Amino acid sequence: MTTGIVFDIKRFSIHDGPGIRTTVFLKGCPLHCPWCHNPESQHPDPDVMLYPGRCIACGSCVDACPEHAISRDAEGKAVTDPALCKRCGTCTEHCYAEARRRVGQEMTVSEVVEEVERDRDFYEESGGGVTLSGGEPLSQKAFALELLRESRERGIRTAVDTCGAVAWSVFEAVRPYTDLFLYDIKHMDDAAHRENTGAGNRRILKNLEKLSALGHAINLRFAVIPGINDDEENIRRTGAFAAALPNRHPVSVLPFHAAGGEKYKRLGQSYTLGELGPPQDHRIAGVARLLEAYDLEVRIGG
Amino acid sequence: MDKEFDSGPVDDSGRYGSGKAQGPTARVRRLRQQSLDAEPSISTERAVLMTAFYRQPRTLVSEPVWRARAFRHLMEHRTVCILDGELIVGEKGPEPKATPTYPELCCHSLEDFEILDGREKTPFRVSEQARREQAGTVIPFWQGRSMRDRILEAMAPEWHEAYQAGIFTEFMEQRSPGHTVLDDKIYRKGMLDFIADIEAAMDGLDDSADPLAWERREQLKAMKITAGAIITLGRRHAEEARRQAGLEKNAQRRAELEEIARICDKVPANRPDTFHEALQYYWFVHLGVTSELNPWDAFNPGKLDQHLYPFYRRETAAGTLTRRAAEELLHCFWIKFNNQPAPPKVGVTAAESSTYTDFAQINTGGVKADGSDAVNEVTYLLLDVIEEMRLLQPSSSVQLSRKNPDRFMKRAARIIRTGFGQPSVFNTDVVIQEMLRTGKTLEDARNGGTSGCVETGAFGKENYCLTGYFNLPKILEITLHDGVDPQSGKRLGPRTGQAAEFKDYDELFAAFARQVRHFVDIKIRGNQVIEQLYAHHLPVPFLSLLIDDCIATGRDYHAGGARYNTSYIQGVGLGSITDSLSAIRHHVFNEKSVSMTELLDALGSDFDGQERLRQLLVNRTPRYGNDDDRADDIMREVFEVYFGAIDGRPNSKGGSYRINLLPTTVHVYFGSVIGAMPDGRRAGKPLSEGISPVQGADRKGPTAVLRSAAKMDHARTGGTLLNQKFTPQVLKDEEGLDKLVQLVRGYFRLDGHHIQFNVVDAETLRKAQASPEEYRDLIVRVAGYSDYFCDLGEALQEEIITRTEHEAF
Repeated sequence: MTTGIVFDIKRFSIHDGPGIRTTVFLKGCPLHCPWCHNPESQHPDPDVMLYPGRCIACGSCVDACPEHAISRDAEGKAVTDPALCKRCGTCTEHCYAEARRRVGQEMTVSEVVEEVERDRDFYEESGGGVTLSGGEPLSQKAFALELLRESRERGIRTAVDTCGAVAWSVFEAVRPYTDLFLYDIKHMDDAAHRENTGAGNRRILKNLEKLSALGHAINLRFAVIPGINDDEENIRRTGAFAAALPNRHPVSVLPFHAAGGEKYKRLGQSYTLGELGPPQDHRIAGVARLLEAYDLEVRIGG
Repeated sequence: MDKEFDSGPVDDSGRYGSGKAQGPTARVRRLRQQSLDAEPSISTERAVLMTAFYRQPRTLVSEPVWRARAFRHLMEHRTVCILDGELIVGEKGPEPKATPTYPELCCHSLEDFEILDGREKTPFRVSEQARREQAGTVIPFWQGRSMRDRILEAMAPEWHEAYQAGIFTEFMEQRSPGHTVLDDKIYRKGMLDFIADIEAAMDGLDDSADPLAWERREQLKAMKITAGAIITLGRRHAEEARRQAGLEKNAQRRAELEEIARICDKVPANRPDTFHEALQYYWFVHLGVTSELNPWDAFNPGKLDQHLYPFYRRETAAGTLTRRAAEELLHCFWIKFNNQPAPPKVGVTAAESSTYTDFAQINTGGVKADGSDAVNEVTYLLLDVIEEMRLLQPSSSVQLSRKNPDRFMKRAARIIRTGFGQPSVFNTDVVIQEMLRTGKTLEDARNGGTSGCVETGAFGKENYCLTGYFNLPKILEITLHDGVDPQSGKRLGPRTGQAAEFKDYDELFAAFARQVRHFVDIKIRGNQVIEQLYAHHLPVPFLSLLIDDCIATGRDYHAGGARYNTSYIQGVGLGSITDSLSAIRHHVFNEKSVSMTELLDALGSDFDGQERLRQLLVNRTPRYGNDDDRADDIMREVFEVYFGAIDGRPNSKGGSYRINLLPTTVHVYFGSVIGAMPDGRRAGKPLSEGISPVQGADRKGPTAVLRSAAKMDHARTGGTLLNQKFTPQVLKDEEGLDKLVQLVRGYFRLDGHHIQFNVVDAETLRKAQASPEEYRDLIVRVAGYSDYFCDLGEALQEEIITRTEHEAF
């Protein structure tokens, strides 16, 4: 049975496609966007996230850690030395207070689909279904494909939330089992894209064009990151590109949110966007207006 | 209902949310404000009148006739109040929120009055005069001879011990068995028609063929007297209206008063012919029922949209009524309910936080007698009124059948979003199943609905009496101590084995089941006696004439006169008991990570020095509300034990006992009498409420909660109560409202009985910040996604709090 690394299954997901959905978050992403609000999704292997506020200073993790990476501070609370921590997650098993939580677990396709199927009644009442997200769900190609195929088999509608940075063959493989793609456009300039996400945009845009040409249902998603992709030129290029796609697709404008910052800390990673706040409402409205000028159906928010 | 109702009027900001262009008229705004501003007070008028009546030499009359004459005395002598600008007239007391007492049922001591006057929440002002009358007239007569005295005297020692330990409560010790709702009969018949029916029934009595004919005749005589008495109350209001009209300078108001006088002369004596007459008629009936005694829960008109629709359609078609005028009348009608706080309690319960709401729940939607969609224009009109009035009372509900349009539910969702806890939402299709299972005809089932909190009943035809709450987690505490209550050290239940000696979970559960049956038996034995005490000493002839088939059978409502007679015992703490049993099964018997002795020691010390163990119990136990069958199967087993102990057992009225799962606010009291529990709950803390999971136990979002809750067989209950919390952002846009509708439809497809939504405010988020463990289930919309509030960093929490403050509706 195919297995994959899943870091969350979120039920009553109501911002990731039509109706009431269950979103399955797969771990691992080819891009490394500093604004990512799910930084725990980026690395393909399990991580440990820390919630120090919940620590009850019982010391169990200190004894449990095979790497001796955990010590206690003046209040008796656990502190991890990131240099020694190998993210094995042993400490999370001993932390009943959930101050240490493992992120990412190996699951079989049927385990995931059985969880997904639990909300079938809600999907059927709402036109919802399952959404694969991440990370980049298609980076776990075989697992994602099986999940989609098995969901479809059980009459559950499917969506894939993708950054597009995978081989076209992956799209070809999953396309027959995917009702809707939620497709991110991060930056129209290849160099800027590479600088910010670690990869260029050519393959991403090419895949999008091909997918559109095949008449597939796609919702475009444009996350507005102040100072990175919200300049007028980029927005115009985004609009022009979307308008020139073989088919018309609605565009969601998503305001950047600093929500992820906290999670970087919990993963022991540094957050490079620092104090960057969310764009102001009028800026978002401005972005939407610019895009609408290209005769696109634009909506703000997920 | 729910705790947010404890703090009195929901909104006094004068904010009206409907978006209707006009909003309430100036008259309505003034009356509404007057209602909000009125200070609840104790009125001794009723008590003094009843005392004077009872002091008369008791002539050779039967008990029902005596009660009927007492009622007539009250209707003839009580103050008649018509306020300036009112269109619907009549108050239960001499003025708005002047709340009568019922000394023949329970007599307030002066100490009770002090508590009511001084308590911080939901106080009742007690004037010097009221104190004097209570001390000089009421107490000397009633002390030691009220129904409450009789009840407490009649109960067995085992009942008293269990009652004092907080194993169950008793509804009827302070309020009369009520809990019934009116159907459409008053819109077809005036009181004179009822009198004709009563006389026909009396004519049909034959003592030679029917050995109980004398008793029936006395009951019917009594009903006839009360029908006449309520006509008198109407005429007295007509006289007052005419008196005021004579003094009135303003021509428009004079005309209104003359119209009121005409209407009050006509109804309740005669069948109503107009929308206005129909409302005024109902209101006199309401005053009659709630003055005769103080029945749980407040009487209400039931399916008001269906009752009013024929009047509305006829008059709007004829051009004699506009939507605007109908709306104004409904506004006035709503304000009338808000002017009547629930009767205040006596004894220890007076000291507890109480509520002003009397649980009159007006139903909208549902199906007609022929099973078709009942939503009509008046349904939407009522929903507008609910939103515009934003009053604590009356409460309101949406009866949602799969046949009703989404537009109806979405209209209700817009009101829910405004965050005052109304309307609650019920599954008509399951409510009908519940009634069919308990023997109602299909037509009676379709004409029924829900009332009080969530209770199912056949409107106009059923006495469905709530008899008391049952503390399921307390039974586990007693089971774990071999029948002894560890809080008092007293033996209350049978010896069912030392906990440490149970070989497996099944042995423990069997012991728990035995204890449940033991205490249910004590409760039911008490109930049977109490029901008969009411039937003998406090018959209710006025209520009886309104409920089928009391006239036809010549029997009182309290004595089995209703077509259907149900006694409910309401189970409380389902989430807490499930999680506690699950914790024992999982950790003690399956994983063997804790021994029973260690667990009991930790519970005994309230987890002192055992925080890690407590965290294990809280976080590593399969818990109810997560769609986890390991926990939900336990919930179902508990349900079966409780159901099996109660359902179908005969009551004194020829009907049966049934179960309900709802707490009102008793989960707080019930928690206060229990020590620490195996689910990690600390001693004295509140239990879970309704069929909701333990506060913070559900971590998988609302659909998982609904799936867990739907695993019990709601159709075998007479009502379950499920609360869900949302922040305003989730419901902000059209899409959010659609998803709320879909969520409800999904739950109802799974045969859930009821759901209500609390839209979370900034204050709640602050509380969640302070005590995250109790709010682990709170989901907020962060940006393009939602997350658990307690998992967010502090800065983000602050931002969401600020946003919630700004985006409140």
